[in-house]
Amino acid sequence: MGDAVAINPFIILLAAIFTSNMVLANFLGMCSFIAVSNEYKTASGLGKAVTLVMVVTTILNWIIFRFVIIPLGLEYLRFIIFIVVIAATVQIIEMAMDRYLPELHIKLGIFLPLITVNCAILGISLFMIIRDYGAVQSLFFGVGSGLGWWLAICALAAIREKIAKNKLPLGLDGPGITFIITGIMALAFIGFAGTLIVQ
Amino acid sequence: MMGEIKQAMRRNLWDENQVLRQILGICSILAVTNLMTNTLVMGLGLIFVISLSSLTISLLRSYIPHRVRMIVQVFIIAAYVILVDIFIKAQLPEISKALGPYVGLIITNCIIMGRAEAYAQKNPPFLAMIDGFFAGLGYMLVILAISFIRELLGFGTIFGFDVNFIGFQTWTIMVMPPAAFFIIGVMTWAASSMRLSRQTLQKPSPAPTAAGQQASR
Repeated sequence: MGDAVAINPFIILLAAIFTSNMVLANFLGMCSFIAVSNEYKTASGLGKAVTLVMVVTTILNWIIFRFVIIPLGLEYLRFIIFIVVIAATVQIIEMAMDRYLPELHIKLGIFLPLITVNCAILGISLFMIIRDYGAVQSLFFGVGSGLGWWLAICALAAIREKIAKNKLPLGLDGPGITFIITGIMALAFIGFAGTLIVQ
Repeated sequence: MMGEIKQAMRRNLWDENQVLRQILGICSILAVTNLMTNTLVMGLGLIFVISLSSLTISLLRSYIPHRVRMIVQVFIIAAYVILVDIFIKAQLPEISKALGPYVGLIITNCIIMGRAEAYAQKNPPFLAMIDGFFAGLGYMLVILAISFIRELLGFGTIFGFDVNFIGFQTWTIMVMPPAAFFIIGVMTWAASSMRLSRQTLQKPSPAPTAAGQQASR
């Protein structure tokens, strides 16, 4: 973990998108990944919203962890503090969007409350601490993880749209086939493994 | 009373199994299931958190204002998760390292919020605790089954004991992420086709499956 300081932020960015993709390698954010991937358009909207929230909360949590939690010795309270930061950020982003970008708010609005309980967001903050990333590294990690999540959900939604009219065996449609598609996607992403080593 | 407990047991272990039927709590499931010991610790941690948070939420249900209930629920859940995290760190440091951030992620495990929303905030404390307990147990049984397959085929061991007597070549893929997706996919397939075929036997025209539509978090 001491080596983490030396890792180039760009490598972290690429690794977060490809080799250690949030969904396909770390299984984070699975619930909405499975539930909101019927349609390409909605999936892409959710992906954008997740990326936005992820970047903002990663930075905020890093600042709070470094300048508030560590000096006060409150490490054991970090789960509560992080989840409050995330919930508050989502609320503020939603209000700001409603005020200044009403069109975008209509498009992304329904997804924003869902994001509070998306495990990927909290997961990123916890990974960032465990791996001991610096400020720039955390920023790139947040951006990369968001983009990786977006890429994965768009790919899944596109595949699901394609196979929507195909006949499937009894009981396999819905979650069953989605898991299997995700498994095949994860297999494909293993192809990237070894090109970048971060963990 | 006994009838209600039995009902809660049946509902949570099979009829509405949180993992196989509602597709909730998948996030943490897949990541920790390559070793049975880790899985067992994770499952017990979740049972502890879900039972006690259901109890607490149910006790406080008439005092929590409806509009802020989500954040209050998250607070209650987070408090219990912190207890679990500290306990695991102190008593089982090795496993704590292996589980990494996933203990903290019990907070965002949709099963707990789901039971709080769907059951605990409308029912008396004791029943809510029983309901939470069995929901957690249903989750633990599923993840143990998945990790049994993954550990046996991936490492040739069960709970760390070598059972690979015949010199079977282990499958590396079973330890890696894709295998978890395949196994859970096949398990949900089996569970929903069993239910669908039972429905066809009872009624001439089965309703289309709605599982998965409810999973929204």
